[in-house]
Amino acid sequence: MTDLINISFGDAALTALLGYLVVFFGLVLLMVVIMIMGKIMVNRAGKASPDAAAVEPAPAPAPEIPAAPGSAGELKLYDTDPRDAAMIMAIVADSLGKPINELRFISIKEVKEDEV
Amino acid sequence: MDILGTLQKLASESGFVAFITTEGGWKNLIMIAIAFVLLYLGIAKKFEPLLLCGIAFGCLLTNLSYFVGMGENALYHPELWEAFLDETSPFYHSYGHVMASAGLLDFFYIGVKAGIYPSLIFLGVGAMTDFGPLLANPKSLLMGASAQLGVFVAFLGAIALGFSGPEGASIGIIGGADGPTAIYLTTKLAPQLLGPIAIAAYSYMALIPLIQPPLMKLCTTKEMREVKMEQAREVSKTEKILFPIVVATFVILLLPSTAPLVGCLMLGNLFRECGVTDRLSDTAQNALMNIVTIFLATSVGATMVAQNFLTGDTIKIILLGLCAFAISTIGGLLGGVIMYYASGKKINPLIGSAGVSAVPMAARVSQDVGRKYNKTNFLLMHAMGPNVAGVIGSAIAAGFLLSVFGG
Repeated sequence: MTDLINISFGDAALTALLGYLVVFFGLVLLMVVIMIMGKIMVNRAGKASPDAAAVEPAPAPAPEIPAAPGSAGELKLYDTDPRDAAMIMAIVADSLGKPINELRFISIKEVKEDEV
Repeated sequence: MDILGTLQKLASESGFVAFITTEGGWKNLIMIAIAFVLLYLGIAKKFEPLLLCGIAFGCLLTNLSYFVGMGENALYHPELWEAFLDETSPFYHSYGHVMASAGLLDFFYIGVKAGIYPSLIFLGVGAMTDFGPLLANPKSLLMGASAQLGVFVAFLGAIALGFSGPEGASIGIIGGADGPTAIYLTTKLAPQLLGPIAIAAYSYMALIPLIQPPLMKLCTTKEMREVKMEQAREVSKTEKILFPIVVATFVILLLPSTAPLVGCLMLGNLFRECGVTDRLSDTAQNALMNIVTIFLATSVGATMVAQNFLTGDTIKIILLGLCAFAISTIGGLLGGVIMYYASGKKINPLIGSAGVSAVPMAARVSQDVGRKYNKTNFLLMHAMGPNVAGVIGSAIAAGFLLSVFGG
Protein backbone atom coordinates (compact mmCIF):
# COMPACT_ATOMS: atom_id res chain seq x y z
CA MET A 1 0.00 0.00 0.00
CA THR A 2 1.19 3.55 -0.78
CA ASP A 3 2.77 5.48 2.10
CA LEU A 4 0.48 8.53 2.25
CA ILE A 5 2.65 10.41 4.74
CA ASN A 6 5.85 10.23 2.70
CA ILE A 7 4.02 10.11 -0.60
CA SER A 8 6.14 10.04 -3.76
CA PHE A 9 5.70 12.74 -6.39
CA GLY A 10 4.35 10.17 -8.87
CA ASP A 11 1.69 8.96 -6.43
CA ALA A 12 0.87 12.57 -5.52
CA ALA A 13 0.39 13.39 -9.22
CA LEU A 14 -1.98 10.44 -9.59
CA THR A 15 -3.87 11.50 -6.45
CA ALA A 16 -4.15 15.06 -7.74
CA LEU A 17 -5.46 13.90 -11.11
CA LEU A 18 -7.97 11.57 -9.46
CA GLY A 19 -9.06 14.34 -7.08
CA TYR A 20 -9.66 16.79 -9.92
CA LEU A 21 -11.67 14.15 -11.78
CA VAL A 22 -13.75 13.41 -8.67
CA VAL A 23 -14.55 17.13 -8.29
CA PHE A 24 -15.64 17.26 -11.94
CA PHE A 25 -17.64 14.05 -11.62
CA GLY A 26 -19.44 15.32 -8.52
CA LEU A 27 -20.30 18.69 -10.05
CA VAL A 28 -21.27 17.24 -13.46
CA LEU A 29 -23.58 14.81 -11.67
CA LEU A 30 -25.08 17.75 -9.80
CA MET A 31 -25.39 19.73 -13.03
CA VAL A 32 -27.35 16.93 -14.69
CA VAL A 33 -29.67 16.61 -11.71
CA ILE A 34 -30.27 20.39 -11.58
CA MET A 35 -30.89 20.50 -15.34
CA ILE A 36 -33.47 17.73 -15.11
CA MET A 37 -35.09 19.46 -12.13
CA GLY A 38 -35.13 22.77 -14.04
CA LYS A 39 -36.68 21.16 -17.14
CA ILE A 40 -39.45 19.64 -15.05
CA MET A 41 -40.16 22.98 -13.34
CA VAL A 42 -40.15 24.96 -16.59
CA ASN A 43 -42.54 22.42 -18.19
CA ARG A 44 -44.85 22.60 -15.18
CA ALA A 45 -44.81 26.39 -15.25
CA GLY A 46 -45.52 26.31 -19.00
CA LYS A 47 -48.55 24.09 -18.50
CA ALA A 48 -49.84 26.19 -15.62
CA SER A 49 -49.50 29.61 -17.26
CA PRO A 50 -52.27 29.34 -19.99
CA ASP A 51 -54.82 28.53 -17.29
CA ALA A 52 -53.68 31.43 -15.20
CA ALA A 53 -53.91 33.71 -18.20
CA ALA A 54 -57.46 32.55 -18.83
CA VAL A 55 -58.53 33.30 -15.27
CA GLU A 56 -56.85 36.65 -14.86
CA PRO A 57 -57.76 39.30 -17.45
CA ALA A 58 -54.87 41.33 -18.78
CA PRO A 59 -54.48 44.64 -16.93
CA ALA A 60 -55.53 47.78 -18.76
CA PRO A 61 -52.61 49.62 -20.34
CA ALA A 62 -51.27 52.33 -18.07
CA PRO A 63 -51.90 55.88 -19.29
CA GLU A 64 -48.86 57.50 -20.84
CA ILE A 65 -47.26 59.86 -18.32
CA PRO A 66 -45.38 62.81 -19.78
CA ALA A 67 -41.71 63.17 -18.87
CA ALA A 68 -40.95 65.44 -15.93
CA PRO A 69 -40.08 68.96 -17.04
CA GLY A 70 -36.43 69.85 -16.75
CA SER A 71 -35.30 66.21 -16.55
CA ALA A 72 -33.16 64.40 -19.08
CA GLY A 73 -36.47 63.40 -20.65
CA GLU A 74 -36.66 59.92 -19.10
CA LEU A 75 -37.88 60.29 -15.53
CA LYS A 76 -41.58 59.66 -15.09
CA LEU A 77 -43.41 60.83 -12.00
CA TYR A 78 -46.49 59.00 -10.75
CA ASP A 79 -48.45 60.99 -8.13
CA THR A 80 -45.21 62.66 -7.08
CA ASP A 81 -44.48 66.32 -6.76
CA PRO A 82 -41.32 67.41 -8.70
CA ARG A 83 -39.93 68.95 -5.48
CA ASP A 84 -40.36 65.62 -3.63
CA ALA A 85 -38.80 63.80 -6.57
CA ALA A 86 -35.77 66.08 -6.48
CA MET A 87 -35.38 65.46 -2.76
CA ILE A 88 -35.69 61.68 -3.17
CA MET A 89 -33.06 61.67 -5.93
CA ALA A 90 -30.71 63.76 -3.79
CA ILE A 91 -31.16 61.38 -0.82
CA VAL A 92 -30.53 58.31 -3.01
CA ALA A 93 -27.40 59.88 -4.51
CA ASP A 94 -26.14 60.81 -1.05
CA SER A 95 -26.82 57.32 0.35
CA LEU A 96 -24.99 55.70 -2.57
CA GLY A 97 -22.15 58.21 -2.36
CA LYS A 98 -22.44 58.86 -6.11
CA PRO A 99 -22.81 62.18 -7.98
CA ILE A 100 -26.43 62.59 -9.05
CA ASN A 101 -25.49 63.09 -12.69
CA GLU A 102 -24.05 59.57 -12.74
CA LEU A 103 -27.33 58.00 -11.67
CA ARG A 104 -30.29 57.22 -13.92
CA PHE A 105 -33.78 57.45 -12.48
CA ILE A 106 -36.50 55.82 -14.56
CA SER A 107 -39.62 56.64 -12.57
CA ILE A 108 -40.77 57.63 -9.08
CA LYS A 109 -44.14 56.53 -7.80
CA GLU A 110 -45.87 57.33 -4.52
CA VAL A 111 -46.99 54.14 -2.79
CA LYS A 112 -50.32 54.76 -1.07
CA GLU A 113 -50.94 53.20 2.33
CA ASP A 114 -53.73 50.99 0.99
CA GLU A 115 -51.36 49.62 -1.68
CA VAL A 116 -48.80 48.35 0.86
CA MET B 1 3.90 38.68 54.42
CA ASP B 2 7.12 38.16 52.47
CA ILE B 3 7.02 41.29 50.32
CA LEU B 4 10.37 40.62 48.69
CA GLY B 5 9.38 37.05 47.86
CA THR B 6 6.07 38.22 46.38
CA LEU B 7 7.84 40.83 44.24
CA GLN B 8 10.36 38.23 43.10
CA LYS B 9 7.52 35.86 42.15
CA LEU B 10 5.72 38.63 40.25
CA ALA B 11 8.92 39.50 38.42
CA SER B 12 9.66 35.88 37.51
CA GLU B 13 6.12 35.45 36.10
CA SER B 14 6.28 38.69 34.14
CA GLY B 15 6.17 38.45 30.37
CA PHE B 16 8.72 41.28 30.12
CA VAL B 17 11.26 39.07 31.90
CA ALA B 18 10.17 36.00 29.92
CA PHE B 19 11.11 37.68 26.64
CA ILE B 20 14.73 37.53 27.84
CA THR B 21 14.92 34.56 30.16
CA THR B 22 12.92 31.86 28.36
CA GLU B 23 14.14 29.82 25.41
CA GLY B 24 13.11 31.58 22.22
CA GLY B 25 11.35 34.35 24.16
CA TRP B 26 12.49 36.88 21.57
CA LYS B 27 10.44 34.99 18.98
CA ASN B 28 7.33 36.01 20.90
CA LEU B 29 8.29 39.63 20.26
CA ILE B 30 8.37 38.94 16.51
CA MET B 31 4.97 37.25 16.70
CA ILE B 32 3.56 40.23 18.61
CA ALA B 33 4.86 42.49 15.83
CA ILE B 34 3.20 40.18 13.26
CA ALA B 35 -0.05 40.42 15.25
CA PHE B 36 0.19 44.24 15.11
CA VAL B 37 0.72 44.13 11.34
CA LEU B 38 -2.30 41.82 10.93
CA LEU B 39 -4.39 44.13 13.12
CA TYR B 40 -3.31 47.06 10.96
CA LEU B 41 -4.27 45.16 7.78
CA GLY B 42 -7.62 44.21 9.25
CA ILE B 43 -8.55 47.59 10.73
CA ALA B 44 -6.88 50.16 8.49
CA LYS B 45 -6.81 48.28 5.18
CA LYS B 46 -10.05 46.34 5.85
CA PHE B 47 -8.54 42.98 4.73
CA GLU B 48 -11.26 40.48 5.76
CA PRO B 49 -11.60 42.48 9.01
CA LEU B 50 -14.21 40.24 10.65
CA LEU B 51 -11.75 37.38 10.68
CA LEU B 52 -8.36 39.03 10.55
CA CYS B 53 -8.98 41.18 13.65
CA GLY B 54 -9.89 38.08 15.67
CA ILE B 55 -7.01 36.03 14.27
CA ALA B 56 -4.53 38.82 14.97
CA PHE B 57 -5.78 39.34 18.51
CA GLY B 58 -5.73 35.60 19.21
CA CYS B 59 -2.11 35.57 18.01
CA LEU B 60 -1.34 38.54 20.24
CA LEU B 61 -2.94 36.95 23.32
CA THR B 62 -1.11 33.64 22.82
CA ASN B 63 2.27 35.26 22.39
CA LEU B 64 1.77 37.57 25.36
CA SER B 65 0.83 34.71 27.66
CA TYR B 66 2.69 31.61 26.47
CA PHE B 67 6.44 31.18 26.81
CA VAL B 68 8.30 27.88 26.56
CA GLY B 69 8.51 26.41 30.07
CA MET B 70 6.13 29.05 31.51
CA GLY B 71 2.71 27.77 30.56
CA GLU B 72 0.75 28.10 33.80
CA ASN B 73 -0.86 31.45 32.86
CA ALA B 74 -1.08 30.76 29.15
CA LEU B 75 -4.36 31.09 27.30
CA TYR B 76 -3.31 28.43 24.79
CA HIS B 77 -1.04 25.44 25.42
CA PRO B 78 0.47 23.89 22.29
CA GLU B 79 1.99 21.01 24.29
CA LEU B 80 -1.51 19.87 25.35
CA TRP B 81 -2.55 19.60 21.72
CA GLU B 82 0.71 17.88 20.75
CA ALA B 83 -0.05 15.21 23.36
CA PHE B 84 -3.64 15.07 22.07
CA LEU B 85 -2.35 14.20 18.59
CA ASP B 86 0.56 11.95 19.62
CA GLU B 87 -0.49 8.31 19.18
CA THR B 88 2.20 7.19 21.65
CA SER B 89 1.04 9.60 24.36
CA PRO B 90 -1.25 8.39 27.17
CA PHE B 91 -3.33 11.52 26.45
CA TYR B 92 -3.91 10.68 22.76
CA HIS B 93 -7.33 12.10 21.78
CA SER B 94 -8.07 12.89 25.44
CA TYR B 95 -10.23 16.01 25.68
CA GLY B 96 -10.31 15.39 29.44
CA HIS B 97 -6.57 15.97 29.69
CA VAL B 98 -6.85 19.12 27.58
CA MET B 99 -9.71 20.50 29.66
CA ALA B 100 -7.99 19.75 32.98
CA SER B 101 -5.12 22.14 32.16
CA ALA B 102 -6.70 24.32 29.47
CA GLY B 103 -6.52 28.08 29.14
CA LEU B 104 -9.41 30.09 27.72
CA LEU B 105 -8.24 29.80 24.11
CA ASP B 106 -7.69 26.03 24.50
CA PHE B 107 -11.40 25.78 25.30
CA PHE B 108 -12.24 27.85 22.23
CA TYR B 109 -9.92 25.67 20.13
CA ILE B 110 -11.85 22.52 21.02
CA GLY B 111 -14.58 23.80 18.67
CA VAL B 112 -12.05 24.05 15.84
CA LYS B 113 -10.49 20.69 16.60
CA ALA B 114 -13.87 18.98 16.62
CA GLY B 115 -14.79 20.65 13.31
CA ILE B 116 -17.73 22.48 14.89
CA TYR B 117 -16.95 26.10 14.00
CA PRO B 118 -16.23 25.62 10.26
CA SER B 119 -19.44 23.61 9.93
CA LEU B 120 -21.47 26.28 11.74
CA ILE B 121 -19.90 28.97 9.54
CA PHE B 122 -21.07 26.94 6.56
CA LEU B 123 -24.56 26.89 8.07
CA GLY B 124 -24.50 30.70 8.08
CA VAL B 125 -23.00 30.86 4.58
CA GLY B 126 -25.79 28.59 3.32
CA ALA B 127 -28.40 30.83 4.96
CA MET B 128 -26.85 33.90 3.30
CA THR B 129 -26.39 32.43 -0.18
CA ASP B 130 -28.87 32.65 -3.02
CA PHE B 131 -28.21 29.65 -5.27
CA GLY B 132 -30.69 31.03 -7.84
CA PRO B 133 -28.01 32.05 -10.38
CA LEU B 134 -26.57 28.54 -10.23
CA LEU B 135 -30.01 26.99 -10.70
CA ALA B 136 -30.71 29.31 -13.63
CA ASN B 137 -27.46 28.28 -15.31
CA PRO B 138 -26.32 24.86 -14.01
CA LYS B 139 -23.40 24.86 -16.46
CA SER B 140 -21.77 27.27 -14.01
CA LEU B 141 -20.89 24.19 -12.01
CA LEU B 142 -18.29 23.29 -14.65
CA MET B 143 -16.47 26.57 -14.02
CA GLY B 144 -16.67 25.94 -10.28
CA ALA B 145 -15.06 22.56 -10.91
CA SER B 146 -12.31 23.83 -13.20
CA ALA B 147 -11.44 26.51 -10.65
CA GLN B 148 -10.32 23.80 -8.21
CA LEU B 149 -7.21 23.29 -10.38
CA GLY B 150 -5.05 25.29 -7.98
CA VAL B 151 -5.92 22.98 -5.08
CA PHE B 152 -4.34 20.00 -6.76
CA VAL B 153 -1.42 21.84 -8.40
CA ALA B 154 -0.49 23.44 -5.04
CA PHE B 155 -0.79 20.01 -3.42
CA LEU B 156 1.76 18.70 -5.94
CA GLY B 157 3.97 21.74 -5.34
CA ALA B 158 3.87 21.13 -1.58
CA ILE B 159 4.91 17.49 -2.06
CA ALA B 160 7.76 18.64 -4.31
CA LEU B 161 8.89 21.04 -1.55
CA GLY B 162 9.08 18.21 0.98
CA PHE B 163 5.77 18.42 2.83
CA SER B 164 4.04 15.20 3.81
CA GLY B 165 0.86 14.03 2.03
CA PRO B 166 -1.58 15.36 4.68
CA GLU B 167 0.35 18.66 4.94
CA GLY B 168 0.36 19.03 1.15
CA ALA B 169 -3.40 18.42 1.03
CA SER B 170 -3.98 21.10 3.69
CA ILE B 171 -1.79 23.59 1.83
CA GLY B 172 -3.46 22.79 -1.50
CA ILE B 173 -6.94 23.54 -0.18
CA ILE B 174 -5.93 27.23 0.16
CA GLY B 175 -6.60 27.26 -3.61
CA GLY B 176 -10.26 26.55 -2.86
CA ALA B 177 -10.42 30.14 -1.53
CA ASP B 178 -12.75 29.06 1.20
CA GLY B 179 -11.58 29.83 4.74
CA PRO B 180 -13.82 27.45 6.72
CA THR B 181 -13.01 24.56 4.36
CA ALA B 182 -9.28 25.25 4.65
CA ILE B 183 -9.52 25.39 8.45
CA TYR B 184 -11.66 22.26 8.61
CA LEU B 185 -9.31 20.18 6.45
CA THR B 186 -6.12 21.49 8.07
CA THR B 187 -7.43 20.76 11.57
CA LYS B 188 -8.09 17.20 10.51
CA LEU B 189 -4.89 16.57 8.53
CA ALA B 190 -2.13 18.96 9.64
CA PRO B 191 -3.18 20.98 12.71
CA GLN B 192 0.41 22.16 13.27
CA LEU B 193 0.05 24.25 10.07
CA LEU B 194 -3.31 25.80 10.95
CA GLY B 195 -1.98 29.30 11.71
CA PRO B 196 -0.04 29.92 8.48
CA ILE B 197 -2.68 28.23 6.32
CA ALA B 198 -5.52 30.30 7.80
CA ILE B 199 -3.50 33.50 7.45
CA ALA B 200 -2.60 32.68 3.83
CA ALA B 201 -6.20 31.73 2.96
CA TYR B 202 -7.82 34.85 4.43
CA SER B 203 -5.10 37.25 3.27
CA TYR B 204 -5.27 36.10 -0.33
CA MET B 205 -9.07 36.20 -0.25
CA ALA B 206 -8.80 39.84 0.73
CA LEU B 207 -6.30 40.39 -2.08
CA ILE B 208 -8.51 38.86 -4.79
CA PRO B 209 -9.19 42.29 -6.39
CA LEU B 210 -5.43 42.62 -6.87
CA ILE B 211 -4.58 39.01 -7.78
CA GLN B 212 -7.32 38.21 -10.29
CA PRO B 213 -7.60 41.14 -12.79
CA PRO B 214 -4.13 40.69 -14.37
CA LEU B 215 -4.80 36.96 -14.79
CA MET B 216 -8.23 37.71 -16.28
CA LYS B 217 -6.58 39.93 -18.85
CA LEU B 218 -3.92 37.34 -19.53
CA CYS B 219 -6.30 34.43 -20.16
CA THR B 220 -8.98 36.19 -22.24
CA THR B 221 -9.14 38.34 -25.35
CA LYS B 222 -10.77 41.79 -25.52
CA GLU B 223 -13.57 40.30 -27.62
CA MET B 224 -14.26 37.69 -24.92
CA ARG B 225 -14.29 40.24 -22.12
CA GLU B 226 -16.85 42.38 -23.96
CA VAL B 227 -19.43 39.59 -24.31
CA LYS B 228 -22.77 40.70 -22.90
CA MET B 229 -24.63 37.81 -21.37
CA GLU B 230 -28.36 37.31 -21.68
CA GLN B 231 -30.50 37.54 -18.58
CA ALA B 232 -30.88 34.14 -16.95
CA ARG B 233 -34.30 32.53 -16.49
CA GLU B 234 -36.30 33.10 -13.33
CA VAL B 235 -35.98 30.27 -10.82
CA SER B 236 -39.10 29.03 -9.05
CA LYS B 237 -39.43 28.82 -5.28
CA THR B 238 -39.89 25.05 -5.49
CA GLU B 239 -36.54 24.65 -7.25
CA LYS B 240 -34.84 26.71 -4.57
CA ILE B 241 -36.36 24.56 -1.84
CA LEU B 242 -35.47 21.30 -3.59
CA PHE B 243 -31.90 22.38 -4.34
CA PRO B 244 -30.37 21.99 -0.85
CA ILE B 245 -32.09 18.65 -0.38
CA VAL B 246 -30.87 17.35 -3.74
CA VAL B 247 -27.30 18.63 -3.29
CA ALA B 248 -26.98 17.23 0.23
CA THR B 249 -28.29 13.86 -0.95
CA PHE B 250 -26.06 13.51 -4.02
CA VAL B 251 -22.84 15.03 -2.69
CA ILE B 252 -22.90 13.27 0.68
CA LEU B 253 -23.71 9.93 -0.94
CA LEU B 254 -20.82 10.50 -3.38
CA LEU B 255 -18.30 11.62 -0.73
CA PRO B 256 -19.44 10.96 2.85
CA SER B 257 -16.45 12.89 4.23
CA THR B 258 -18.05 16.11 2.93
CA ALA B 259 -21.11 15.57 5.16
CA PRO B 260 -20.30 18.12 7.93
CA LEU B 261 -19.57 20.98 5.50
CA VAL B 262 -22.04 20.26 2.70
CA GLY B 263 -24.70 19.14 5.19
CA CYS B 264 -24.50 22.39 7.17
CA LEU B 265 -24.25 24.54 4.01
CA MET B 266 -27.40 23.00 2.62
CA LEU B 267 -29.26 23.02 5.93
CA GLY B 268 -28.60 26.77 6.19
CA ASN B 269 -29.83 27.23 2.63
CA LEU B 270 -32.98 25.22 3.33
CA PHE B 271 -33.70 27.50 6.33
CA ARG B 272 -33.38 30.46 3.96
CA GLU B 273 -35.52 29.14 1.12
CA CYS B 274 -38.25 27.03 2.69
CA GLY B 275 -40.15 30.10 3.91
CA VAL B 276 -41.24 28.65 7.24
CA THR B 277 -38.00 29.02 9.23
CA ASP B 278 -37.26 32.71 8.85
CA ARG B 279 -36.21 33.02 12.50
CA LEU B 280 -33.69 30.20 12.15
CA SER B 281 -32.38 31.64 8.91
CA ASP B 282 -31.97 35.02 10.54
CA THR B 283 -30.11 33.52 13.51
CA ALA B 284 -27.84 31.44 11.28
CA GLN B 285 -27.00 34.46 9.10
CA ASN B 286 -26.41 36.94 11.90
CA ALA B 287 -26.17 36.04 15.59
CA LEU B 288 -24.81 32.51 15.24
CA MET B 289 -22.44 33.46 12.42
CA ASN B 290 -21.03 36.36 14.43
CA ILE B 291 -20.59 34.33 17.61
CA VAL B 292 -18.87 31.48 15.80
CA THR B 293 -16.66 33.92 13.88
CA ILE B 294 -15.37 35.32 17.19
CA PHE B 295 -14.51 31.85 18.53
CA LEU B 296 -13.09 30.61 15.24
CA ALA B 297 -10.90 33.62 14.56
CA THR B 298 -9.44 33.94 18.05
CA SER B 299 -8.73 30.24 18.42
CA VAL B 300 -7.12 30.01 14.96
CA GLY B 301 -4.99 33.03 15.87
CA ALA B 302 -4.08 31.33 19.15
CA THR B 303 -2.36 28.51 17.25
CA MET B 304 0.20 31.01 15.94
CA VAL B 305 2.70 30.15 18.64
CA ALA B 306 6.17 31.52 17.90
CA GLN B 307 8.03 28.20 17.72
CA ASN B 308 5.45 26.73 15.32
CA PHE B 309 4.93 29.81 13.15
CA LEU B 310 8.44 31.22 12.70
CA THR B 311 9.76 28.48 10.45
CA GLY B 312 10.76 28.16 6.81
CA ASP B 313 7.59 26.16 6.24
CA THR B 314 5.45 29.27 6.85
CA ILE B 315 7.16 31.12 4.00
CA LYS B 316 6.70 28.08 1.73
CA ILE B 317 2.99 27.93 2.68
CA ILE B 318 2.49 31.64 1.96
CA LEU B 319 4.10 31.23 -1.49
CA LEU B 320 2.24 27.99 -2.28
CA GLY B 321 -1.01 29.64 -1.20
CA LEU B 322 -0.46 32.47 -3.67
CA CYS B 323 0.28 29.93 -6.43
CA ALA B 324 -2.86 27.97 -5.46
CA PHE B 325 -5.03 31.10 -5.73
CA ALA B 326 -3.51 32.16 -9.04
CA ILE B 327 -3.76 28.70 -10.61
CA SER B 328 -7.35 28.26 -9.42
CA THR B 329 -8.20 31.59 -11.05
CA ILE B 330 -6.53 30.47 -14.27
CA GLY B 331 -8.37 27.13 -14.09
CA GLY B 332 -11.71 28.92 -13.73
CA LEU B 333 -10.89 31.29 -16.59
CA LEU B 334 -9.87 28.42 -18.87
CA GLY B 335 -13.16 26.73 -17.99
CA GLY B 336 -14.85 30.02 -18.93
CA VAL B 337 -12.99 30.18 -22.25
CA ILE B 338 -14.09 26.61 -23.08
CA MET B 339 -17.68 27.54 -22.19
CA TYR B 340 -17.35 30.68 -24.34
CA TYR B 341 -16.62 28.60 -27.43
CA ALA B 342 -19.00 25.77 -26.49
CA SER B 343 -21.88 28.23 -26.07
CA GLY B 344 -21.26 29.95 -29.41
CA LYS B 345 -19.60 32.98 -27.75
CA LYS B 346 -22.57 33.66 -25.51
CA ILE B 347 -20.79 33.18 -22.16
CA ASN B 348 -18.35 35.80 -20.93
CA PRO B 349 -15.30 33.83 -19.69
CA LEU B 350 -14.60 36.46 -17.03
CA ILE B 351 -17.22 34.80 -14.84
CA GLY B 352 -14.97 31.71 -14.70
CA SER B 353 -12.57 33.39 -12.28
CA ALA B 354 -15.43 33.62 -9.76
CA GLY B 355 -15.32 29.82 -9.57
CA VAL B 356 -12.61 30.10 -6.90
CA SER B 357 -15.32 30.53 -4.27
CA ALA B 358 -14.53 33.56 -2.03
CA VAL B 359 -18.20 34.58 -2.14
CA PRO B 360 -19.05 37.29 -3.19
CA MET B 361 -15.68 39.03 -3.64
CA ALA B 362 -14.65 37.00 -6.71
CA ALA B 363 -18.03 37.63 -8.41
CA ARG B 364 -17.64 41.37 -7.78
CA VAL B 365 -14.23 41.28 -9.45
CA SER B 366 -15.78 39.61 -12.53
CA GLN B 367 -18.44 42.35 -12.57
CA ASP B 368 -15.90 45.17 -12.25
CA VAL B 369 -13.56 43.83 -14.93
CA GLY B 370 -16.49 43.07 -17.27
CA ARG B 371 -17.86 46.61 -16.86
CA LYS B 372 -14.44 48.04 -17.62
CA TYR B 373 -14.57 46.53 -21.11
CA ASN B 374 -18.28 46.94 -21.77
CA LYS B 375 -20.15 49.62 -19.86
CA THR B 376 -23.50 47.92 -20.46
CA ASN B 377 -22.35 44.62 -19.03
CA PHE B 378 -23.75 43.31 -15.75
CA LEU B 379 -21.94 40.07 -14.95
CA LEU B 380 -22.55 39.99 -11.20
CA MET B 381 -25.49 37.60 -11.13
CA HIS B 382 -23.96 35.44 -13.88
CA ALA B 383 -20.71 35.26 -11.89
CA MET B 384 -22.57 34.27 -8.72
CA GLY B 385 -23.30 30.90 -10.42
CA PRO B 386 -19.66 29.75 -10.65
CA ASN B 387 -18.97 31.55 -7.38
CA VAL B 388 -21.36 29.42 -5.33
CA ALA B 389 -20.45 26.37 -7.43
CA GLY B 390 -16.90 26.98 -6.20
CA VAL B 391 -18.07 26.62 -2.59
CA ILE B 392 -19.52 23.19 -3.37
CA GLY B 393 -16.47 22.32 -5.51
CA SER B 394 -13.97 23.18 -2.78
CA ALA B 395 -16.01 21.18 -0.25
CA ILE B 396 -15.87 18.17 -2.60
CA ALA B 397 -12.11 18.67 -3.10
CA ALA B 398 -11.66 18.83 0.68
CA GLY B 399 -13.81 15.73 1.13
CA PHE B 400 -11.69 13.85 -1.41
CA LEU B 401 -8.42 14.87 0.27
CA LEU B 402 -9.83 14.00 3.68
CA SER B 403 -10.91 10.55 2.55
CA VAL B 404 -7.48 9.90 0.98
CA PHE B 405 -5.25 11.31 3.75
CA GLY B 406 -7.55 11.23 6.76
CA GLY B 407 -6.84 7.55 7.32
